[in-house]
Amino acid sequence: MYALNYVKAKSLKEAAAILAKNPEAKLLAGGMTLIPTMKQRLARPTHVVDIAGLSELRGIVSKGGKLVIGAGTKHHDVATSAVVRKAIPALAGLAAEIGDPQVRNRGTIGGSLANNDPAADYPAAVLGLGASVVTSKRSIAAEDYFQGLFATALDAGEVIVRVEFPLPKRAAYSKFHHPASGYAMAGVFIAQTAGGVRVAVTGAGPGVFRWTAAEAALAKSFKPAALEGLALDASGLNSDIHADRDYRANLVRVMAKRALAKLSGRK
Amino acid sequence: MAKVTIKVNGKNQTRTVEDRMLLVDFLRDELRLTGTHVGCDTSQCGCCTVHVDGRAVKSCTVLAAQANGANIVTIEGMAKNGKLHPIQRAFSECHGLQCGFCTPGMIMATAGLLKDKPNPTDEEIYKGLEGNLCRCTGYINIVKAVKMSAKLLRGKKH
Repeated sequence: MYALNYVKAKSLKEAAAILAKNPEAKLLAGGMTLIPTMKQRLARPTHVVDIAGLSELRGIVSKGGKLVIGAGTKHHDVATSAVVRKAIPALAGLAAEIGDPQVRNRGTIGGSLANNDPAADYPAAVLGLGASVVTSKRSIAAEDYFQGLFATALDAGEVIVRVEFPLPKRAAYSKFHHPASGYAMAGVFIAQTAGGVRVAVTGAGPGVFRWTAAEAALAKSFKPAALEGLALDASGLNSDIHADRDYRANLVRVMAKRALAKLSGRK
Repeated sequence: MAKVTIKVNGKNQTRTVEDRMLLVDFLRDELRLTGTHVGCDTSQCGCCTVHVDGRAVKSCTVLAAQANGANIVTIEGMAKNGKLHPIQRAFSECHGLQCGFCTPGMIMATAGLLKDKPNPTDEEIYKGLEGNLCRCTGYINIVKAVKMSAKLLRGKKH
Protein backbone atom coordinates (compact mmCIF):
# COMPACT_ATOMS: atom_id res chain seq x y z
CA MET A 1 0.00 0.00 0.00
CA TYR A 2 1.23 3.51 -0.78
CA ALA A 3 1.64 5.98 2.05
CA LEU A 4 -1.48 7.94 2.94
CA ASN A 5 -2.93 10.24 5.55
CA TYR A 6 -5.66 8.80 7.72
CA VAL A 7 -8.24 11.28 8.99
CA LYS A 8 -11.14 10.40 11.26
CA ALA A 9 -14.01 12.75 10.38
CA LYS A 10 -16.08 14.03 13.29
CA SER A 11 -19.01 15.04 11.11
CA LEU A 12 -20.31 14.80 7.58
CA LYS A 13 -19.48 18.47 7.13
CA GLU A 14 -15.88 17.92 8.13
CA ALA A 15 -15.61 14.92 5.78
CA ALA A 16 -16.98 17.00 2.90
CA ALA A 17 -14.54 19.82 3.69
CA ILE A 18 -11.55 17.45 3.62
CA LEU A 19 -12.74 16.00 0.32
CA ALA A 20 -13.16 19.49 -1.14
CA LYS A 21 -9.61 20.45 -0.16
CA ASN A 22 -7.98 17.21 -1.32
CA PRO A 23 -9.07 16.06 -4.78
CA GLU A 24 -7.32 12.70 -4.34
CA ALA A 25 -8.90 11.95 -0.95
CA LYS A 26 -11.23 8.96 -0.57
CA LEU A 27 -13.99 8.20 1.89
CA LEU A 28 -13.47 5.13 4.03
CA ALA A 29 -16.42 3.40 5.68
CA GLY A 30 -16.11 -0.38 6.00
CA GLY A 31 -13.14 -0.42 3.65
CA MET A 32 -14.07 -3.84 2.26
CA THR A 33 -13.34 -2.74 -1.31
CA LEU A 34 -11.11 0.30 -0.83
CA ILE A 35 -8.49 -1.36 1.40
CA PRO A 36 -7.95 -4.43 -0.83
CA THR A 37 -7.74 -2.04 -3.80
CA MET A 38 -5.13 0.09 -2.03
CA LYS A 39 -3.20 -3.02 -1.01
CA GLN A 40 -2.95 -4.00 -4.66
CA ARG A 41 -1.79 -0.46 -5.43
CA LEU A 42 -4.74 0.02 -7.75
CA ALA A 43 -5.77 3.07 -5.74
CA ARG A 44 -3.50 5.74 -4.33
CA PRO A 45 -5.54 8.20 -2.29
CA THR A 46 -3.58 10.97 -0.56
CA HIS A 47 -6.06 10.85 2.33
CA VAL A 48 -8.58 8.35 3.58
CA VAL A 49 -11.38 10.05 5.44
CA ASP A 50 -12.93 7.65 7.93
CA ILE A 51 -16.69 8.20 8.17
CA ALA A 52 -17.49 4.89 9.91
CA GLY A 53 -19.64 5.42 12.94
CA LEU A 54 -20.78 8.98 12.10
CA SER A 55 -24.14 9.40 13.82
CA GLU A 56 -25.53 11.15 10.70
CA LEU A 57 -25.11 7.92 8.72
CA ARG A 58 -26.77 5.64 11.25
CA GLY A 59 -30.22 4.25 11.70
CA ILE A 60 -32.88 2.00 10.22
CA VAL A 61 -36.44 3.36 10.24
CA SER A 62 -39.65 2.24 8.60
CA LYS A 63 -42.30 4.92 8.35
CA GLY A 64 -44.73 6.50 5.89
CA GLY A 65 -44.45 3.61 3.45
CA LYS A 66 -40.66 3.89 3.28
CA LEU A 67 -37.75 1.97 4.74
CA VAL A 68 -34.87 4.35 5.40
CA ILE A 69 -31.39 2.92 5.99
CA GLY A 70 -28.40 5.05 7.01
CA ALA A 71 -25.46 4.81 4.62
CA GLY A 72 -23.12 3.64 7.39
CA THR A 73 -25.28 0.60 8.17
CA LYS A 74 -23.35 -2.64 7.92
CA HIS A 75 -24.59 -5.59 5.86
CA HIS A 76 -24.86 -7.71 8.99
CA ASP A 77 -27.11 -5.12 10.62
CA VAL A 78 -29.39 -4.91 7.57
CA ALA A 79 -29.54 -8.72 7.40
CA THR A 80 -30.52 -9.12 11.04
CA SER A 81 -32.63 -5.98 11.59
CA ALA A 82 -36.15 -6.79 12.74
CA VAL A 83 -37.34 -3.59 11.04
CA VAL A 84 -35.87 -4.57 7.65
CA ARG A 85 -37.06 -8.15 7.95
CA LYS A 86 -40.59 -6.94 8.55
CA ALA A 87 -40.62 -4.14 5.95
CA ILE A 88 -38.70 -5.74 3.05
CA PRO A 89 -37.61 -9.28 3.92
CA ALA A 90 -36.01 -9.68 0.48
CA LEU A 91 -33.60 -6.85 1.33
CA ALA A 92 -32.56 -8.49 4.61
CA GLY A 93 -32.07 -11.74 2.70
CA LEU A 94 -29.97 -10.00 0.06
CA ALA A 95 -27.73 -8.43 2.72
CA ALA A 96 -27.22 -11.85 4.32
CA GLU A 97 -25.85 -13.14 0.98
CA ILE A 98 -23.18 -10.47 0.50
CA GLY A 99 -19.57 -11.65 0.68
CA ASP A 100 -18.82 -13.61 3.83
CA PRO A 101 -19.49 -13.03 7.55
CA GLN A 102 -16.32 -11.00 8.09
CA VAL A 103 -17.17 -8.75 5.15
CA ARG A 104 -20.76 -8.32 6.35
CA ASN A 105 -19.45 -7.27 9.77
CA ARG A 106 -17.69 -4.23 8.27
CA GLY A 107 -19.03 -3.45 4.78
CA THR A 108 -21.74 -0.78 4.51
CA ILE A 109 -24.68 -0.13 2.19
CA GLY A 110 -23.42 3.35 1.38
CA GLY A 111 -19.97 2.05 0.53
CA SER A 112 -21.38 -0.64 -1.74
CA LEU A 113 -23.53 1.88 -3.61
CA ALA A 114 -20.75 4.47 -3.93
CA ASN A 115 -18.48 1.80 -5.39
CA ASN A 116 -21.17 0.35 -7.73
CA ASP A 117 -19.35 -2.86 -8.49
CA PRO A 118 -21.14 -4.45 -11.47
CA ALA A 119 -21.50 -7.70 -9.50
CA ALA A 120 -22.57 -6.16 -6.17
CA ASP A 121 -25.94 -7.08 -4.68
CA TYR A 122 -27.32 -3.82 -3.29
CA PRO A 123 -27.64 -2.09 -6.69
CA ALA A 124 -30.20 -4.76 -7.68
CA ALA A 125 -32.37 -3.95 -4.66
CA VAL A 126 -32.03 -0.18 -5.05
CA LEU A 127 -32.99 -0.27 -8.74
CA GLY A 128 -35.51 -3.10 -8.29
CA LEU A 129 -37.38 -1.25 -5.58
CA GLY A 130 -37.06 2.18 -7.21
CA ALA A 131 -35.25 3.53 -4.15
CA SER A 132 -33.67 6.97 -3.75
CA VAL A 133 -30.08 7.58 -2.80
CA VAL A 134 -30.01 10.62 -0.51
CA THR A 135 -26.68 12.43 -0.39
CA SER A 136 -25.17 15.41 1.36
CA LYS A 137 -26.55 17.51 -1.52
CA ARG A 138 -29.72 15.97 -2.96
CA SER A 139 -31.91 12.92 -3.49
CA ILE A 140 -31.07 10.82 -6.55
CA ALA A 141 -33.55 8.35 -8.09
CA ALA A 142 -32.12 4.86 -8.67
CA GLU A 143 -32.69 5.27 -12.42
CA ASP A 144 -30.34 8.24 -12.49
CA TYR A 145 -27.91 7.04 -9.86
CA PHE A 146 -26.33 3.99 -11.54
CA GLN A 147 -24.28 4.92 -14.58
CA GLY A 148 -22.50 1.72 -15.54
CA LEU A 149 -19.24 0.08 -14.53
CA PHE A 150 -18.17 1.58 -11.16
CA ALA A 151 -19.84 4.84 -12.24
CA THR A 152 -22.53 6.75 -10.35
CA ALA A 153 -24.20 10.15 -10.41
CA LEU A 154 -22.23 11.22 -7.33
CA ASP A 155 -20.21 14.41 -7.75
CA ALA A 156 -16.75 14.75 -6.28
CA GLY A 157 -17.14 15.40 -2.58
CA GLU A 158 -20.77 14.24 -2.47
CA VAL A 159 -21.46 11.78 0.34
CA ILE A 160 -24.28 9.22 0.51
CA VAL A 161 -26.25 9.78 3.71
CA ARG A 162 -29.09 7.29 3.47
CA VAL A 163 -31.15 5.16 1.13
CA GLU A 164 -34.94 5.41 1.02
CA PHE A 165 -36.75 2.30 -0.17
CA PRO A 166 -40.47 2.56 -0.96
CA LEU A 167 -42.16 -0.53 0.47
CA PRO A 168 -43.15 -2.99 -2.26
CA LYS A 169 -46.20 -5.23 -2.17
CA ARG A 170 -43.74 -8.08 -2.31
CA ALA A 171 -40.23 -8.69 -3.53
CA ALA A 172 -37.62 -11.42 -3.87
CA TYR A 173 -33.95 -11.73 -4.80
CA SER A 174 -32.17 -14.71 -6.24
CA LYS A 175 -28.47 -14.86 -6.90
CA PHE A 176 -26.05 -17.27 -8.51
CA HIS A 177 -22.88 -16.92 -6.46
CA HIS A 178 -19.53 -17.04 -8.13
CA PRO A 179 -18.20 -20.14 -6.35
CA ALA A 180 -14.90 -18.50 -5.31
CA SER A 181 -15.62 -14.82 -4.78
CA GLY A 182 -19.26 -15.03 -3.74
CA TYR A 183 -20.11 -12.11 -6.03
CA ALA A 184 -23.20 -12.41 -8.22
CA MET A 185 -22.61 -14.01 -11.60
CA ALA A 186 -26.25 -13.13 -12.03
CA GLY A 187 -28.56 -11.69 -9.41
CA VAL A 188 -32.18 -10.78 -10.06
CA PHE A 189 -34.36 -8.64 -7.81
CA ILE A 190 -38.07 -8.71 -8.61
CA ALA A 191 -40.56 -6.40 -6.93
CA GLN A 192 -44.27 -5.80 -7.24
CA THR A 193 -44.51 -2.08 -6.53
CA ALA A 194 -47.22 0.57 -6.64
CA GLY A 195 -45.81 1.56 -10.03
CA GLY A 196 -45.83 -1.96 -11.46
CA VAL A 197 -43.47 -4.91 -11.68
CA ARG A 198 -39.73 -4.15 -11.62
CA VAL A 199 -36.97 -6.59 -12.51
CA ALA A 200 -33.39 -5.50 -11.81
CA VAL A 201 -30.36 -7.54 -12.84
CA THR A 202 -26.86 -7.37 -11.36
CA GLY A 203 -23.68 -9.33 -12.11
CA ALA A 204 -24.59 -10.08 -15.70
CA GLY A 205 -23.79 -6.80 -17.42
CA PRO A 206 -21.41 -3.87 -17.02
CA GLY A 207 -23.79 -2.41 -14.46
CA VAL A 208 -27.18 -3.05 -12.90
CA PHE A 209 -30.08 -2.78 -15.38
CA ARG A 210 -33.82 -3.40 -15.67
CA TRP A 211 -35.03 -6.31 -17.76
CA THR A 212 -38.02 -4.55 -19.25
CA ALA A 213 -39.26 -7.47 -21.37
CA ALA A 214 -39.58 -9.57 -18.21
CA GLU A 215 -41.36 -6.71 -16.46
CA ALA A 216 -43.93 -6.56 -19.28
CA ALA A 217 -44.44 -10.32 -19.23
CA LEU A 218 -44.81 -10.41 -15.45
CA ALA A 219 -47.25 -7.49 -15.49
CA LYS A 220 -49.58 -9.79 -17.43
CA SER A 221 -48.93 -12.90 -15.37
CA PHE A 222 -46.82 -12.77 -12.20
CA LYS A 223 -45.64 -16.37 -12.40
CA PRO A 224 -42.40 -18.19 -13.30
CA ALA A 225 -44.17 -19.60 -16.38
CA ALA A 226 -44.47 -16.08 -17.79
CA LEU A 227 -40.71 -16.12 -18.38
CA GLU A 228 -40.70 -19.37 -20.37
CA GLY A 229 -39.32 -18.70 -23.82
CA LEU A 230 -38.36 -15.14 -22.91
CA ALA A 231 -34.75 -14.56 -23.87
CA LEU A 232 -32.60 -11.72 -22.55
CA ASP A 233 -30.53 -10.13 -25.29
CA ALA A 234 -27.00 -11.33 -24.51
CA SER A 235 -25.14 -8.87 -26.72
CA GLY A 236 -24.29 -6.36 -23.97
CA LEU A 237 -23.62 -8.88 -21.20
CA ASN A 238 -20.32 -9.80 -19.55
CA SER A 239 -18.39 -12.65 -21.07
CA ASP A 240 -15.40 -14.10 -19.25
CA ILE A 241 -13.74 -17.35 -18.20
CA HIS A 242 -16.45 -17.93 -15.61
CA ALA A 243 -19.43 -17.64 -17.94
CA ASP A 244 -19.91 -16.48 -21.50
CA ARG A 245 -22.65 -14.00 -22.32
CA ASP A 246 -25.18 -16.56 -23.55
CA TYR A 247 -24.74 -18.57 -20.37
CA ARG A 248 -25.20 -15.43 -18.29
CA ALA A 249 -28.35 -14.50 -20.21
CA ASN A 250 -29.80 -17.90 -19.42
CA LEU A 251 -28.66 -17.61 -15.80
CA VAL A 252 -30.59 -14.33 -15.49
CA ARG A 253 -33.79 -16.05 -16.59
CA VAL A 254 -33.19 -18.93 -14.19
CA MET A 255 -32.53 -16.55 -11.28
CA ALA A 256 -35.66 -14.57 -12.18
CA LYS A 257 -37.71 -17.75 -12.11
CA ARG A 258 -36.20 -18.74 -8.77
CA ALA A 259 -37.00 -15.33 -7.31
CA LEU A 260 -40.62 -15.72 -8.47
CA ALA A 261 -40.75 -19.23 -7.06
CA LYS A 262 -39.69 -17.85 -3.68
CA LEU A 263 -42.68 -15.53 -3.79
CA SER A 264 -45.10 -18.30 -4.58
CA GLY A 265 -43.67 -20.33 -1.69
CA ARG A 266 -41.98 -22.92 -3.86
CA LYS A 267 -38.26 -23.54 -3.65
CA MET B 1 1.88 8.92 11.74
CA ALA B 2 -1.11 7.96 13.85
CA LYS B 3 -1.15 7.49 17.60
CA VAL B 4 -3.46 4.62 18.44
CA THR B 5 -4.62 3.01 21.64
CA ILE B 6 -6.16 -0.38 21.02
CA LYS B 7 -7.30 -2.81 23.66
CA VAL B 8 -5.94 -6.21 22.71
CA ASN B 9 -6.86 -9.27 24.75
CA GLY B 10 -7.85 -7.06 27.64
CA LYS B 11 -4.79 -4.81 27.71
CA ASN B 12 -4.53 -1.29 26.28
CA GLN B 13 -1.68 -0.94 23.81
CA THR B 14 -0.57 2.49 22.66
CA ARG B 15 1.74 2.90 19.70
CA THR B 16 2.55 5.48 17.06
CA VAL B 17 2.23 3.79 13.69
CA GLU B 18 2.22 4.66 10.01
CA ASP B 19 -1.25 5.68 8.82
CA ARG B 20 -1.21 2.85 6.28
CA MET B 21 -0.35 0.13 8.79
CA LEU B 22 -2.81 -2.75 8.70
CA LEU B 23 -4.29 -4.07 11.91
CA VAL B 24 -2.77 -7.50 11.25
CA ASP B 25 0.70 -5.95 11.02
CA PHE B 26 0.03 -4.00 14.22
CA LEU B 27 -0.79 -7.26 15.98
CA ARG B 28 2.06 -9.26 14.52
CA ASP B 29 4.89 -6.74 14.24
CA GLU B 30 4.16 -4.25 17.02
CA LEU B 31 2.72 -6.63 19.62
CA ARG B 32 4.41 -9.83 18.40
CA LEU B 33 1.07 -11.64 18.53
CA THR B 34 1.95 -13.91 15.66
CA GLY B 35 -0.94 -16.32 16.10
CA THR B 36 -2.95 -14.14 13.72
CA HIS B 37 -1.76 -15.26 10.30
CA VAL B 38 -1.53 -13.64 6.88
CA GLY B 39 -2.51 -16.27 4.33
CA CYS B 40 -3.43 -14.43 1.17
CA ASP B 41 -3.15 -10.70 1.81
CA THR B 42 -6.08 -10.22 -0.60
CA SER B 43 -8.90 -10.40 1.97
CA GLN B 44 -10.04 -13.84 0.93
CA CYS B 45 -8.56 -16.54 3.17
CA GLY B 46 -9.66 -15.39 6.64
CA CYS B 47 -6.45 -16.59 8.38
CA CYS B 48 -6.15 -13.10 9.89
CA THR B 49 -9.62 -13.15 11.49
CA VAL B 50 -9.82 -11.43 14.88
CA HIS B 51 -12.72 -9.96 16.82
CA VAL B 52 -13.15 -6.20 16.77
CA ASP B 53 -15.72 -5.04 19.31
CA GLY B 54 -17.15 -8.55 19.41
CA ARG B 55 -17.46 -9.16 15.65
CA ALA B 56 -15.21 -11.34 13.48
CA VAL B 57 -13.32 -9.30 10.89
CA LYS B 58 -10.32 -9.77 8.62
CA SER B 59 -7.49 -7.83 10.25
CA CYS B 60 -5.62 -7.61 6.92
CA THR B 61 -8.45 -5.40 5.65
CA VAL B 62 -8.59 -2.92 8.50
CA LEU B 63 -6.13 -0.09 9.16
CA ALA B 64 -4.68 -0.02 12.65
CA ALA B 65 -5.82 3.62 12.78
CA GLN B 66 -9.43 2.52 12.13
CA ALA B 67 -9.19 0.25 15.16
CA ASN B 68 -8.17 3.10 17.46
CA GLY B 69 -10.25 2.75 20.62
CA ALA B 70 -11.54 -0.69 19.68
CA ASN B 71 -11.58 -3.81 21.80
CA ILE B 72 -9.80 -6.67 20.04
CA VAL B 73 -9.54 -10.35 20.80
CA THR B 74 -7.00 -12.49 18.96
CA ILE B 75 -6.35 -16.23 19.12
CA GLU B 76 -3.91 -15.54 21.97
CA GLY B 77 -6.81 -14.17 24.01
CA MET B 78 -8.92 -17.31 23.77
CA ALA B 79 -7.22 -19.63 26.28
CA LYS B 80 -7.74 -18.61 29.90
CA ASN B 81 -5.42 -19.50 32.82
CA GLY B 82 -3.56 -22.08 30.77
CA LYS B 83 -6.80 -23.82 29.74
CA LEU B 84 -7.74 -24.01 26.09
CA HIS B 85 -10.95 -22.31 25.02
CA PRO B 86 -13.67 -24.90 24.27
CA ILE B 87 -13.39 -24.11 20.54
CA GLN B 88 -9.62 -24.72 20.64
CA ARG B 89 -10.25 -27.97 22.48
CA ALA B 90 -12.80 -29.07 19.91
CA PHE B 91 -10.47 -28.32 16.99
CA SER B 92 -7.75 -30.32 18.73
CA GLU B 93 -9.97 -33.26 19.64
CA CYS B 94 -11.73 -33.44 16.25
CA HIS B 95 -8.43 -32.94 14.45
CA GLY B 96 -9.99 -29.99 12.63
CA LEU B 97 -6.67 -29.13 11.00
CA GLN B 98 -3.73 -30.54 9.18
CA CYS B 99 -0.99 -27.96 8.70
CA GLY B 100 -2.73 -25.61 11.14
CA PHE B 101 -2.06 -22.40 9.26
CA CYS B 102 -5.73 -21.48 8.85
CA THR B 103 -6.68 -22.67 12.34
CA PRO B 104 -6.46 -19.38 14.30
CA GLY B 105 -8.75 -17.75 11.73
CA MET B 106 -11.09 -20.75 11.71
CA ILE B 107 -11.35 -20.62 15.50
CA MET B 108 -12.04 -16.88 15.57
CA ALA B 109 -14.62 -17.23 12.78
CA THR B 110 -16.23 -20.14 14.64
CA ALA B 111 -16.43 -18.03 17.79
CA GLY B 112 -18.18 -15.34 15.73
CA LEU B 113 -20.56 -17.83 14.14
CA LEU B 114 -21.52 -19.43 17.45
CA LYS B 115 -22.29 -16.03 18.96
CA ASP B 116 -25.00 -15.55 16.30
CA LYS B 117 -26.03 -19.18 15.99
CA PRO B 118 -25.28 -21.25 19.11
CA ASN B 119 -26.65 -24.41 17.51
CA PRO B 120 -25.85 -24.19 13.80
CA THR B 121 -26.96 -26.63 11.13
CA ASP B 122 -24.42 -28.01 8.64
CA GLU B 123 -25.62 -25.45 6.11
CA GLU B 124 -25.17 -22.61 8.62
CA ILE B 125 -21.65 -23.83 9.41
CA TYR B 126 -20.74 -23.87 5.69
CA LYS B 127 -22.08 -20.36 5.29
CA GLY B 128 -20.59 -19.19 8.57
CA LEU B 129 -17.10 -20.25 7.53
CA GLU B 130 -17.40 -18.96 3.97
CA GLY B 131 -14.81 -16.30 4.70
CA ASN B 132 -12.15 -18.85 5.71
CA LEU B 133 -10.15 -21.10 3.44
CA CYS B 134 -8.41 -24.33 4.43
CA ARG B 135 -6.23 -25.91 1.77
CA CYS B 136 -5.59 -29.22 3.60
CA THR B 137 -8.55 -30.77 5.29
CA GLY B 138 -11.50 -30.75 2.95
CA TYR B 139 -13.34 -29.12 5.87
CA ILE B 140 -14.96 -32.33 7.14
CA ASN B 141 -13.20 -32.30 10.50
CA ILE B 142 -13.50 -28.54 10.75
CA VAL B 143 -17.28 -28.86 10.53
CA LYS B 144 -17.13 -31.60 13.18
CA ALA B 145 -15.04 -29.31 15.39
CA VAL B 146 -17.57 -26.49 15.02
CA LYS B 147 -20.38 -28.84 16.05
CA MET B 148 -18.41 -30.04 19.06
CA SER B 149 -17.55 -26.43 19.94
CA ALA B 150 -21.24 -25.58 19.88
CA LYS B 151 -22.02 -28.47 22.19
CA LEU B 152 -19.24 -27.58 24.61
CA LEU B 153 -20.27 -23.92 24.66
CA ARG B 154 -23.89 -24.86 25.29
CA GLY B 155 -22.57 -26.65 28.35
CA LYS B 156 -23.29 -30.17 27.21
CA LYS B 157 -20.83 -33.00 27.28
CA HIS B 158 -20.36 -34.57 23.89
